[in-house]
Amino acid sequence: MAILVFADNHGGKITKSSLEAVGYAAAMGGDVTAVTFGSIEGDGGMGNYGASKVIVAGNATSDPQQLTRLVVDVANAIGASDIVFSHDTTGKSVAPRVAARMDAGLVAGATAIPSGKEIKKNVFSGKAFAYVEACTDKRVISVLPNSFGLKASGGSATVEQYSGDCGSAGVIVKDFKPTSTDGSVPLPEAEMVVSAGRGMKGPENWGIIEDLAGVLGATTACSRPVADIGWRPHHEHVGQTGIAIRPNLYIAVGISGAIQHLAGVNGSKVIVVINTDPEAPFFKAADYGIVGDAFEVVPKLTEALKAFKSAH
Amino acid sequence: MKILVCISKAPDTTSRIAFTDNNTAFDQNGVQFIVNPYDEWYALVRALELKEAQGGSVTTITVGGADNDPIIRKALAIGADDAVRVDAEALDSLAVAKYIANYASANGYDLVMCGKETIDYNGAVVGGMVAELMDVPYVSLAIKLDVNGSVATLEREAQGGTEIVEASLPLVISASKGMAEQRIPNMRGIMAARTKPLQVVASEGINASTKVVRYELPPAKAAVKLVSADNVAELVDLLHNEAKVI
Repeated sequence: MAILVFADNHGGKITKSSLEAVGYAAAMGGDVTAVTFGSIEGDGGMGNYGASKVIVAGNATSDPQQLTRLVVDVANAIGASDIVFSHDTTGKSVAPRVAARMDAGLVAGATAIPSGKEIKKNVFSGKAFAYVEACTDKRVISVLPNSFGLKASGGSATVEQYSGDCGSAGVIVKDFKPTSTDGSVPLPEAEMVVSAGRGMKGPENWGIIEDLAGVLGATTACSRPVADIGWRPHHEHVGQTGIAIRPNLYIAVGISGAIQHLAGVNGSKVIVVINTDPEAPFFKAADYGIVGDAFEVVPKLTEALKAFKSAH
Repeated sequence: MKILVCISKAPDTTSRIAFTDNNTAFDQNGVQFIVNPYDEWYALVRALELKEAQGGSVTTITVGGADNDPIIRKALAIGADDAVRVDAEALDSLAVAKYIANYASANGYDLVMCGKETIDYNGAVVGGMVAELMDVPYVSLAIKLDVNGSVATLEREAQGGTEIVEASLPLVISASKGMAEQRIPNMRGIMAARTKPLQVVASEGINASTKVVRYELPPAKAAVKLVSADNVAELVDLLHNEAKVI
């Protein structure tokens, strides 16, 4: 069984979510070819996660139409039964185009490798799971970021240049504005997230949240009301209508835990809630909780974590 | 500018999620359906803003039965000029995309707008499929959209930041949070919506390319472990030794 993985190249590096897609394809148990664009160093680290061959299209950009032509051409050439993407910002632009072009069933946001023909995915914003089957011979799968752990195999892949034509680009990237200049991990891929809500009483009080995030190496986030009143930027809003996250640790400070907020964070492996109100609904969804004033508890927690970090 | 906005119905964000028929169907009992928030708050409202600034028309399109008509009337009340409902069963995303692309290609739109995903199936795929079927560019996860003549300038969510991109019309986009502010329909809009045209288009059935075999609810969460505010070191210990996340 030949499986093709599309890997996203971000400034010369294969993204973590794409490496997860490579690992997912390898776990499916086929011969894994990865295809990417631009230029990368060596095999881009993809052999280490199970790719046997990497094809690089130096003549393609991040334009979804070029990448669609590239992926479909390579998929046909190697006779791929499955084409795997990450369900990230690039995968969401390219995977649906590839599925439509190949008239193949697309399972978007898979959280586990196929069991028989069934693929598990989140539905209803993480409030339930569905087991989905493709009714077509060929299948496109996009893997939800942070749902499939990376396992290095120590292997390496052969690298080949793509010689075909990817055609012209329909979407031209003019500029890129990084979300953070402090080097913190983007929210959708963050393994640690510290989030705060209206309980912080004002934007000027976010220093203690940033300190706590700093000691953990976590990314900061916020609830919807806080983004809507302009205390924090929209790109920090996690929830059903904001960003959905799946970190290993989510610490929520001064957030009551409305059902719409929970829908964006219920993929977190461990949830810690700090709130003055013992009746806050968030405690029902939490693994650990502290009932107390954020202005006292958060600095103490930061200090305790500092002590822990220096001891380990 | 002729704009087509794809509108889907979705269970209200506070709905209790349950399944029937041996976990093969969503239990609609007592569920309030709304316009999918990304379709309404962002795609539709930005389409209306563009029309107000530059002229043209805003048509909504929905694939499904007459049970969609209430949410279509809501979109008309917010300000769409007219609506199309393709009277076919929305079996899966590729089938829906084919119905929309067939209609859009036959009727010539400058811009086709969708929400970034529906809040029930969370696929984020219909827009990209429509674009491929129409053979036009697609910009997903757009948070800003301006149109100048035949060129659109957009900002979109990308890995680690925001991309500023350009594409020529005709174009398909999916809208994310930040593109526009939600509009609440006023009484005049609600009255006008009753008489705005809602065209029902018959269509040949298109086969599904995927099917949901069954649903499952997540296991019940164990009760929260409370730690005293005076003993945060205990929390650090639990996160390290029990949860093993630090």
